[in-house]
Amino acid sequence: MKKRKWPRVLLYVILVSYALITLYPFLWAVLASFKPYSEIVAGGLTLWPENPTLANYQHIFTNDPLFPRWIMNSFFIATVGTIVNVIFNTMAGYSLARLRFPGRNYLFLLILAVMMVPGQILLIPNYLIMRSLGILDTYAALIVPGAINFAYIFLMRQFFINFPREVEEAAQVDGLNRFQTFWRIVFPMAKASVATQAVFVFLGFWNEFLKPLLYITSPEKYTLTLGLQSFQSQNATQWNYIMAASVVSIIPIIILYILLNKYFMQGLRIGGDK
Amino acid sequence: MGTQLEINRRTDAAAQAPSPKNGKGSERNRREALQGVTFMLPTLILLFTFTLLPIFYSLFLSFTRVNLFGGIDFQWVGFTNYVNAWNDDRVWAALNNTFRYALFVVPIQTAVALLMAAVLNSGIRFQNTFRTIYFLPTLTSSSALTMIFMFLFSLNGPINNLLVNIGLLEAPVNFINETDFALATIMVMNIWSTVPFFMTIYLAGLQDIPHSLYEAASLDGANAWQKLMKITVPNLTPVTNYVLLMGIIGCFQLFDQAYIISGGTGGPNNATLTFSLIIYQYAFQTIGTMGYASALAIILTLIIFTVSMIARRLNKEESNY
Repeated sequence: MKKRKWPRVLLYVILVSYALITLYPFLWAVLASFKPYSEIVAGGLTLWPENPTLANYQHIFTNDPLFPRWIMNSFFIATVGTIVNVIFNTMAGYSLARLRFPGRNYLFLLILAVMMVPGQILLIPNYLIMRSLGILDTYAALIVPGAINFAYIFLMRQFFINFPREVEEAAQVDGLNRFQTFWRIVFPMAKASVATQAVFVFLGFWNEFLKPLLYITSPEKYTLTLGLQSFQSQNATQWNYIMAASVVSIIPIIILYILLNKYFMQGLRIGGDK
Repeated sequence: MGTQLEINRRTDAAAQAPSPKNGKGSERNRREALQGVTFMLPTLILLFTFTLLPIFYSLFLSFTRVNLFGGIDFQWVGFTNYVNAWNDDRVWAALNNTFRYALFVVPIQTAVALLMAAVLNSGIRFQNTFRTIYFLPTLTSSSALTMIFMFLFSLNGPINNLLVNIGLLEAPVNFINETDFALATIMVMNIWSTVPFFMTIYLAGLQDIPHSLYEAASLDGANAWQKLMKITVPNLTPVTNYVLLMGIIGCFQLFDQAYIISGGTGGPNNATLTFSLIIYQYAFQTIGTMGYASALAIILTLIIFTVSMIARRLNKEESNY
């Protein structure tokens, strides 16, 4: 091992301290979500609830008229958004890597260029464009403009550049046309790359805050991220409900992270190789 | 970018090779072109409607006064919006906040990310467990995290309790509503939540440094610190440049946390007013200033491009050595 000389104990002290710093806010939120309001605002440094209760969760799921709806909205938008992204990005990546058509290289350069454009410049014109299209304050306002992602088009192109051509040729010999080859042979073989982009696209939709804030106005169409904020004004900062609602909003991502850890790590490696 | 294009040309050549054998080459080519465009169609439509068109639309808007009453009404005002931006104290306040924020956040998050990546990469056990834990903040929405931090830093929150208990503070401080502390709270929170992402980038970079360098240094009797400063840091320069660039751009784009903590106002006393927040306010909170907000968005884009260009130039100069 190259760094045998490092005092091991020091390394582990750093690692564990940083892990505690990372975990503390989460731990605090989870445990606070089981505390009654009075216990949370009473302060003190004790993490563990003295009078553990499920009342906060009960409240947000049964008494709050909109909270369950926001969960459904977030799930719907993130799921549909992910499905269309995976299909469109993969098709575009395949086309850029494998099919020759006039202007292809220019299009690829254009995609690389627009990847560098900061999102802020698009917000106002997109608001006006969606206003003219009449899709403001609908789920479409969140799904349609985000239905492709240039970074993942690029990722899929890089994947298909190195994809063995023999596979497609064999499929064509078997009488499959280009579209059948893509859907039945190529797409399934790209499973790992598809899963990697799916995980991160889902995460992006699930955690998005700015776009729902701009494009959604009806409370019943809020996503969870936006709904969390209205908890603050609705209930004059009822920290107990906010903590329970935050925990609920984090849980699906944690489950996804545990189940699909392999793809998360793969995506991180790709991000890291930039 | 050069290598990517080369790859493209190579596959083009490879793809062309079998076609002459095929007799009906041109008909096949035409069919392939049609298929290529068909596969690209959703991307082409969305790229045009929601990216290319908006870029030019934004540029146009920045020279107009926009009135939204049922329909849209544009009034050409030339460079007025840009001149107004120059004379707008709130714009300068936002720029000032962004620079203060960047000067504090970027160096710390970069140093911590590098240190943690080096520790993780030093052959310790449970590397994956630690990585999995460290990555949690990156997965969590800014919305939930900001709410959690707002309580941690509130008057009754654990941070105040801790600081009072150990005697650093005499009385609890209302971090979020005090001009002197509001931005600092966002800084602490963002360092905490962005370090894991940059740590991951550093980890990838660390794995590319040849082992032989460290072995040679060991033979020369270098200690761990010397190895870190003389081998690891210099070899990671391109990665560091990238991390710094992304960090600076992130500072200019900071929105969610500032919006949530201040309830959209950028207060107290403009203390949490960021450049992205001011664009939002002029575009969607005040009436008749959408064109002005577009001008600010163009200015933000130009600033980000300039920073990127300088970073790229510096990178090139360094690789010449």
